[in-house]
Amino acid sequence: MEALFTHWLTQNLLVLAGFSLIAWMLWSASHHERWRRAWLRFRSDRGGIIALVVVGIYLILGALEVLSFPTKGGGTRTVLDLFVGGVPAEKSYSAPLATRLLSEAKPDPVKATHLLGTDALGKDVFVETLKACKTALIIGGLTAAIYIPLGTLFGILAGYFRRRVDDLIQYVYTTLASIPTILLLVAIILVLGKGLGTMSFALGLTAWVGLCRLIRGETLRQAERPYITAARALGQSHWNIITRHILPNVLHLVVINFVLGFSGIVLAESVLSYLGVGTPVGTPSWGNMIDSGRSELSRDPMVWWNLVSATVALFGLVLSLNLVGDSLRRAFDPKRG
Amino acid sequence: MPETPLLEIRDLSINFATENGTVEAVKGISFTVSKGETLAVVGESGSGKSVTGLALTRLLPEPPTIYKSGEIILEGRSVLKMSPRELRNIRGNKIAYIFQEPSTSLNPVFTIRNQIAEAIKLHRPEVRDIDAEVIKYLDLVGIIDPAKRLHDYPHQLSGGMQQRVMIAMALSCQPDLLVADEPTTALDVTIQAQIMDQLRDLKKQVNMSIILITHNFGIISGIADRVAVMFRGKIVEYGDTRTVLSNPQHPYTKALIQCIPQPGQKRERLATIDHAALEATI
Amino acid sequence: MLSYVLRRLLYAVPIVLGVIAITFLLFNVLQTPQAAATLVLGPKASQQARAEWIKNRGLDKPKSEQFVKHVKNMATFNFGTSWKSGRELNEVFRTGVGPSLMITIPGFLAGLIGGVGLALYQVFVRNSLLDRSITLWAVALMSVPTVVYIIFLQAIGALMLNYFPASGFDWRGLETLKFVALPIIIMAVVNLGSDVRLYRTIFMEEITQDYVRTALAKGLSSGHVLGVHVFKNGLIALITLTVGSLPALITGSLLIENFFGIPGLGNVLVLAIGTGDQPVVMASVYLGSLLYIASLILTDICYALADPRIRLS
Repeated sequence: MEALFTHWLTQNLLVLAGFSLIAWMLWSASHHERWRRAWLRFRSDRGGIIALVVVGIYLILGALEVLSFPTKGGGTRTVLDLFVGGVPAEKSYSAPLATRLLSEAKPDPVKATHLLGTDALGKDVFVETLKACKTALIIGGLTAAIYIPLGTLFGILAGYFRRRVDDLIQYVYTTLASIPTILLLVAIILVLGKGLGTMSFALGLTAWVGLCRLIRGETLRQAERPYITAARALGQSHWNIITRHILPNVLHLVVINFVLGFSGIVLAESVLSYLGVGTPVGTPSWGNMIDSGRSELSRDPMVWWNLVSATVALFGLVLSLNLVGDSLRRAFDPKRG
Repeated sequence: MPETPLLEIRDLSINFATENGTVEAVKGISFTVSKGETLAVVGESGSGKSVTGLALTRLLPEPPTIYKSGEIILEGRSVLKMSPRELRNIRGNKIAYIFQEPSTSLNPVFTIRNQIAEAIKLHRPEVRDIDAEVIKYLDLVGIIDPAKRLHDYPHQLSGGMQQRVMIAMALSCQPDLLVADEPTTALDVTIQAQIMDQLRDLKKQVNMSIILITHNFGIISGIADRVAVMFRGKIVEYGDTRTVLSNPQHPYTKALIQCIPQPGQKRERLATIDHAALEATI
Repeated sequence: MLSYVLRRLLYAVPIVLGVIAITFLLFNVLQTPQAAATLVLGPKASQQARAEWIKNRGLDKPKSEQFVKHVKNMATFNFGTSWKSGRELNEVFRTGVGPSLMITIPGFLAGLIGGVGLALYQVFVRNSLLDRSITLWAVALMSVPTVVYIIFLQAIGALMLNYFPASGFDWRGLETLKFVALPIIIMAVVNLGSDVRLYRTIFMEEITQDYVRTALAKGLSSGHVLGVHVFKNGLIALITLTVGSLPALITGSLLIENFFGIPGLGNVLVLAIGTGDQPVVMASVYLGSLLYIASLILTDICYALADPRIRLS
């Protein structure tokens, strides 16, 4: 099963599917008045547009790293490798644009110019940083795939049906929320083993609570409205009311929460890496780079490029996501700008 | 020799810069209000009547509002040229407001005593016993047992009482002009009549000028001396109330008056207004 | 009001039970008694020593019996001793509260006062370049991982400039400040970014309300309207939110304490997780959930008290 999933053809198809999904969502949104109006407002927010473009760049970088093709030797190379691969690895550390390795004993000359230096294993830091986009996007995407359906579903159920259903759902999420998140994350990952999949599962399990509360609140508000009572009076089934009336009216909150939540997830990865339950050591990830950066800073001479590069990359993505989220919020509700 | 009017509007034009382009809300209107006179400004939503009312003390937020041209002259001074401090001076003091939704126009976290007292302290610092003054004005607007009501919060009062409190608050500053922006629209019909009666009484007692902004021709008789009818930002008819009501000149005025349902009338359908046709007449 | 509080407390009971159950389950899946014994006694301990250790702690009894005993202990706040250090947990918690609060309270206050001040100012100059710049800066502040703040400030403040000790903690009167200065700065910075955004949203919500127009029509200055009218209305939402986060202050920031070696409650938990010290983790989580529920109830009460519309209905 694992082999099928990591096969290059599957990965390529997944990327294709992902982008098609995005395209389809944008297409169907353009048919709804509310989304069209919000887009017009969003468009005039220059900051938001720039941030969106930046997020898009990260998305493309990540996709390029997933898209791969078989090479003559029998292995696979990713499309990103085509652009920046082929930079030979050194033995160990070297500073950005340095001509020699960092070691004190035998500062050998470097095999190629490394824009941002090399890390402990001699890998080019710039290339590693770019490759780590994929990890961040995968974690964010998988986690979202888990927490968004969960949070939206239970939020709507709780807000619409109220009484017992609401009590039960509130009980579940209050109990979950009472347990310190870090403990829950660490526990789940230790039980299920380290890996991107389990990380996303654990993060998803803790993230759905926030979205659930938000959607529950909005559903409660919507369900009070006379048009819902009118629909019931006309004999509409619960399912129809939920899918046709409530869901479209809370969807924008889901989108905003997704964008802002994504940034939180990317940040959480760095915390998990610090605690030792982050991405496995072989996978390039900003969290791991920051974690190794911790001890590297106390070396003499100080190795800072690993930490700085990962931080800047992470910061760029998180900041852009936050700005896009803010712009979206303003676009859907200009008064609360 | 005719007295200088209290308020004179000359050829006033107001625009709004919105994300969809410039909106011309008021297009070159002119009218005057003399001391003790009541002017009714009648028109539908979007006619520019509320904008006109708020413009008198520049209460409209300044982007996006643009005062394109014209003059607002209050007692000989131009409002459009006033500094922020001068504007704050005339607000409440010379020109006071009551608004359409009394439930949201009053601050929910302060008692009614505090809200009225705030106005008194600001414009009439010489008043010693503020509580007595507040009670006096609450009584003036017809609130029963005002002493007991002093420490109530707005949500504890009915809609009609809230509006009376707003009127009391406006009057407590002893303004020369009261701008009433749709004061009864949000209230029940029976309460509407009560509030209008109250305003009529006050007019006699206090000799204050009033600008009554409304879409309802029905409430202006008995209180308005003159009436200005607004349509799409312009004044299409302006004159003495009795004359305008009995002998309207402009087709829009005629159409508006026809909309008022008359008791005893035998009609199958209520009259409506053909805006498209009337656009051509302005 | 009283019946309302009692009802909420009653609802809390199944939640706390749920929390205890989940943590109990997690640990019983994570660690077999054998593994726990090995962790505590060391890999060289004999089979017999391990068996004795397990027996002493009643870990060989059936799970259901253990669970009941466990619940009883939690309910009576009988936390026992740490597996690793052998210290009484009650004492551990008591000594841990001080350092945690020393860091979280100043950080919290900085976020609150700075946040409210900046947010009100932003509303005063709303939609101007200044307003947007402050928002951008606040968002940027929030977008840096806490870990990075910690690493950088520690590197600069302690290692390079040598003003502050890199880690550690000791009660030395005024000198104690040296140890907590960096953690407090980090806490404040991390809070400030998100607080400014939050409070701005709250106050912006108020500025569009009708009563603001009435206040301006009365002749009050923008400053007065903002500082008195808008502020007092915004205070309702503000109080609700800040009171809700008070109980969490006690538990302290896990990351910051761990990194700087501050012996606060947060560090206690992190170290306990790392060493598999079950009693400590169980007790910490239990207390944490109590505090969380307390914050929820406090929030509701404050909301009811602060808003006259609710208080007097």
